[in-house]
Amino acid sequence: MTLLEIKDLTVGFDTEDGLVHAVRGVSLDLAEGEILALCGESGCGKSVTGMSIPRLLPPDSTRLSGSIRLDGRELTGLPEAELRRVRGKDVSVVFQEPMTSLNPSFTVGYQIGEVLRRHEKLSWKAARARAVDLLRLVGIPAPERRINEYPHQLSGGMRQRVVIAIAVACSPRVLIADEPTTALDVTIQAGVLDVFRDLRDRLGTAIILITHDLGVVADIADRAVVMYAGRAVEQAPVGELFARPRHPYTLGLMKALPTAAAAGADGRLRLAEIPGMLPSSLSDPAACLFHDRCPRAKDDCVTAVPELAASGPGHLAACFYPLEDGSR
Amino acid sequence: MIWFVLRRAGSALIVMFVASVLIFLGIRALPGDPAVVMAGEEATPAVVAAIREEYGLDRPLPAQYVTYVGQTLTGNLGRSTQDGLPVSEILLQRLPVTLELAALAMLVAIVIGVLAGIIAAVRRGRLPDYLATGFGLAGLSIPHFWLGLLGILLFAVTLRWLPASGYVPFSEDPGGNLLRMLMPSLVLGAGFAAVLMRQTRSAMLGALSSDYVRTARSKGLPESAVVGVHALRNSLTTVVTVLGLQLGALISGAVVTEQIFVIPGFGKLTVDAVLTRNYPVIQAVVLVTVAGYVLVNLLVDIAYAFLNPRVRLSGGTDG
Ligand SMILES: Nc1ncnc2c1ncn2[C@@H]1O[C@H](COP(=O)(O)OP(=O)(O)OP(=O)(O)O)[C@@H](O)[C@H]1O
Ligand SMILES: [Mg+2]
Repeated sequence: MTLLEIKDLTVGFDTEDGLVHAVRGVSLDLAEGEILALCGESGCGKSVTGMSIPRLLPPDSTRLSGSIRLDGRELTGLPEAELRRVRGKDVSVVFQEPMTSLNPSFTVGYQIGEVLRRHEKLSWKAARARAVDLLRLVGIPAPERRINEYPHQLSGGMRQRVVIAIAVACSPRVLIADEPTTALDVTIQAGVLDVFRDLRDRLGTAIILITHDLGVVADIADRAVVMYAGRAVEQAPVGELFARPRHPYTLGLMKALPTAAAAGADGRLRLAEIPGMLPSSLSDPAACLFHDRCPRAKDDCVTAVPELAASGPGHLAACFYPLEDGSR
Repeated sequence: MIWFVLRRAGSALIVMFVASVLIFLGIRALPGDPAVVMAGEEATPAVVAAIREEYGLDRPLPAQYVTYVGQTLTGNLGRSTQDGLPVSEILLQRLPVTLELAALAMLVAIVIGVLAGIIAAVRRGRLPDYLATGFGLAGLSIPHFWLGLLGILLFAVTLRWLPASGYVPFSEDPGGNLLRMLMPSLVLGAGFAAVLMRQTRSAMLGALSSDYVRTARSKGLPESAVVGVHALRNSLTTVVTVLGLQLGALISGAVVTEQIFVIPGFGKLTVDAVLTRNYPVIQAVVLVTVAGYVLVNLLVDIAYAFLNPRVRLSGGTDG
């Protein structure tokens, strides 16, 4: 059953240089209990797509259009007050920046308890007890002690798990996890992915997993959407995508990334394998945005936008000249 | 936290020691006989002799210093050369007046400055922001005496809403006291309100665009909690620091304000004492000012540590 349905999501930002096109008409849906990976190079619009759902973008400069429906309810036009009942409860977020996402002035227990008090109307005492359970759930040792500590007393990995504990506290229906494992050791990564799996299995939480780590995608995701320069260029079940990539960009991504080691130290992915650069985000030409880096590009790639088209079971690719089976 | 407070208190004591030595030496370094200096130029030889006897002024300096500290600690600060009253009595009379003025001015500054700063940050780039920053700039650039004279002209002379000057103790007539203190505390507080507004605004702007505020929003918290709890809590450290830094300006501002509004406070006492070369009073005034400064800085440090868990838990940033 479709839980979240995004149609033609377009997000721009007013800046001093002009309108930045961050997301250009992305459509996707998410079923209950599904784990959907959102992958692509740094700056391709993954985070902006994710943050559009609970509308956590700067209100003054953001230009957002399209439709985002949760359980059939349109979120884009929802007044702030209504959306606040959705945030943290139906839709919650694990942010990309574990070091700065927690408030330095409040204890871990306060910051977890706050969301429980807000949505579940718990007392401080009950919220605290639940916070201890949540810390244990995300694999933090000695949670009774940690609960009274401040963020600066925790390592980056532990902070990230506290952010995850906050996000899962109210058993959200949709969890948007933005590079949730990038800052973590491999051993802890597996534990965090288990927390996500467990959440999905127990509560049917649907998860949008934003990651550049195709290993993580293969490990946990059911389906993946590949984004390039603000557009979704390919979308398929994970097994199908890895077996038969259709878009030349997806293939490049896979070749560029045998391991997470290809990502920069900050966890942001820059593609060295595919020559050329991301097109400017300031213009929005009617062309395939990948054409100048694409070995298969022909004249029409420069004059028309390829739409997502079926190219296999549950498989969509936006390319005029998709790769054939076995062409990799 | 205990160690932090003890360490800070220790350095405060050292500052006080150095200050007391300087004050002690200062009056003795003046040209002429220190006994005459302390007794006043018109004093009779008998009075001068009595002073010399009381302070042991013919004994060696270290012995004199011990006497001086002992007398100071027991509240014997000498006698005013103007009227022969004990300086400690004069201080007890004048200090509360200035403390009230300073406290009211601080209250004005904190309420107006912090509120305006928050509003300006939340409504950044809109009318309230422009109003607040505009008034802030004015508050910073208008000197106390000019603002005071303007206030007297407008509210006392033209509109006749408020008394132009004068003072009644709070214990005698609370309403009259507050009415008379209203304009002076507004005048003295305006500059601080402006400084606080600017600092609060920029601290809040930083906090509001931070990741942890986004996290707070992602929890679905109402905007009042996002701004008033998450952003404000981290901006308060700035507010406290600014308050501490502005203390010197508060003292000098009080001196000017008391002159304008003819308030018989500590500032006016200082000016009068300097004009009449009333050295015992000057000596005491300097000592009390330094002590007040050190004390408030100590309190600011403790408040800062209290607000900042990083300092509170690790025992300080001063290494
Ligand atoms: N608030 C903003 N104002 C202006 N431009 C923005 C803003 N937020 C994002 N952008 C721009 O939108 C584009 C997409 O950014 P986004 O953060 O979604 O990338 P991403 O795919 O998450 O990359 P990364 O892997 O580095 O996290 C980028 O070009 C970015 O510079
Ligand atoms: Mg991102």
